[in-house]
Amino acid sequence: MSMQREESLTTTGEVISNYTINFGPQHPAAHGVLRMVMELDGEVIERIDPHVGLLHRGTEKLIEHKTYLQALPYFDRLDYCSPLAMEHSYVLAIEKLLNLEVPLRAQYLRVLFAELTRICNHMLNMGAHILDVGAFTPNLWIMDLREDCLNFFERASGARMHSAWFRPGGVHQDVPEKLLVDIGDWLDNRFFQLFEDAMSLVMDNRIFKQRNVDIAVVSREDAIAWGFSGPMIRAAGLAWDLRKSQPYDVYDRMEFDIPVGTNSDCYDRFMVRVKEVYESAKIIRQCLRDMPQGPIASTDGKVSPPKRAEMKQSMESLIHHFKLYTEGFHVPAGEVYVATESPKGEFGVYLVSDGTNKPYRCKIRPTAFSHLQAMDFMSRGHMLPDATAILGAIDVVFGECDR
Amino acid sequence: MTVLHSAPKFASNEGVIDAISETISVWLIEAVEAHGEVIFRVQRDAIDKVLRILRDDHAYQQLMEIAGVDYPSRSERFEVVYMLQSLTKNHRVMVKCSASEDTPVPTVTTLWPNAGWLEREVFDMYGVTFAGNPDLRRILTDYGFEGHPFRKDFPMTGYTELRYSEEEKRVVYEPVVLAQEMRSFDFLSPWEGTDYVLPGDEKAPPAPPAGEAKK
Repeated sequence: MSMQREESLTTTGEVISNYTINFGPQHPAAHGVLRMVMELDGEVIERIDPHVGLLHRGTEKLIEHKTYLQALPYFDRLDYCSPLAMEHSYVLAIEKLLNLEVPLRAQYLRVLFAELTRICNHMLNMGAHILDVGAFTPNLWIMDLREDCLNFFERASGARMHSAWFRPGGVHQDVPEKLLVDIGDWLDNRFFQLFEDAMSLVMDNRIFKQRNVDIAVVSREDAIAWGFSGPMIRAAGLAWDLRKSQPYDVYDRMEFDIPVGTNSDCYDRFMVRVKEVYESAKIIRQCLRDMPQGPIASTDGKVSPPKRAEMKQSMESLIHHFKLYTEGFHVPAGEVYVATESPKGEFGVYLVSDGTNKPYRCKIRPTAFSHLQAMDFMSRGHMLPDATAILGAIDVVFGECDR
Repeated sequence: MTVLHSAPKFASNEGVIDAISETISVWLIEAVEAHGEVIFRVQRDAIDKVLRILRDDHAYQQLMEIAGVDYPSRSERFEVVYMLQSLTKNHRVMVKCSASEDTPVPTVTTLWPNAGWLEREVFDMYGVTFAGNPDLRRILTDYGFEGHPFRKDFPMTGYTELRYSEEEKRVVYEPVVLAQEMRSFDFLSPWEGTDYVLPGDEKAPPAPPAGEAKK
């Protein structure tokens, strides 16, 4: 327990000893199974050693033993707060190796649901962040909005969280027209009323600001050097968003702004996420407005399965279906690294194919890994309760961090 | 080749290989562009020098990822792949080197602080060591774990399993006992993909060489 005796900042001349505590692995503010060994001087953090890997399931190894399509549902289980954003990187990586064209409607559907996922993710993260610093009500209000998002996912794919709805070549099935209407209605008549109500409680709240402003300030240079991405790098004042700079699917047709922070503290990270929700809503509205009719998956029978009705009539479709769900499709040998802007930052997939029906190697780049690593230098000199605010503003999910 | 896919589009790869190859030619083994990715294979001992040049002279400011890959048939079986990103040029490149268990790779924690955990992960999963990394502990596996689980010769089931023992009132580790042998289906078409004997075929006498049957 005791470390060394030395002069302390917090006591006037009195000699006290540093001590080490375990934060987690079971701690409600650790957002999952995170163990942080903290060395404290009174209530001031001197050093943090985060221990990750308590949720390591060997996803990458499991993927090597599955066909490309069978490996897809593992991605839902990485960041279980934004499952569709995880699938997005993976299907794009496969499509890049195959050089496969995706029909326009499918691209619009993917962007629409990726943005809905972003809103869904931010609702959970902001709610948890607010809860971590002591406010209870906003979390309950915006969790209701997350519930609405999950209901939309259910209506599109049949599953609330683990959708497995993005597929190589498009999406699994088309959405009912009524769902698109309802999403528009929800944005117009429900979402912002509740969201703005909830945010009005915290954005200018004195306690919320005292807990977040000037906590864990990271310079631009540090943010770049530590490999930050997503809201973490944008809060540092860099307008870096992969949806804008390296557009995928139909993001290049969308008009939206990149919110940036100025102080690069926990409050800015929170506010960047608040503003991103508005931008996501903008993108969703554009998707609903511009989405064309047409096929929702690649018409290449070697990659995407035929329609049920066709299988009753066409021998070729039946063979395609059988081959796809037993052998799977073959992906040309090669390697790609595809990264998309997940709600938490850059989520990358490094896919190595040896030309067979299974990935030779699938390395997943979790967003939380770089951010959590910076936990030590971000929290140094702050108080113990600030650690929860910093952690909340990083937005970690251990399904993704530990894989 | 025309680009049909809708994966992320970063700045053009045109001229990148030439410009970078020129500055790292001493250590460069091979530079390729395939599937829209630029990949440099360089000598292991110079990986830190190469990455420093890429960071300082070619504006690849961010190290996004370090991935390990295992190719058991090669003499140096592991590959360590560094993914770099340039925020100013909006471009990505991959740099890789090969390594074996007893040939340490120079660390790049001196260039990017976030390389620390990334190198720890490659060490944990593959057993590749990084010379100069001040904190090369295991990261993802259990405390006291032995072996390197992402190697191709490490079984997917692992060697130990744990359970809560009611007698000892604690979690105990035991060797893995499988009620049924681990099955791994490859589903490759027997007409195109496989080069092994299909189960059951070993009982049949070998097919006579072509031409002999007609006699």
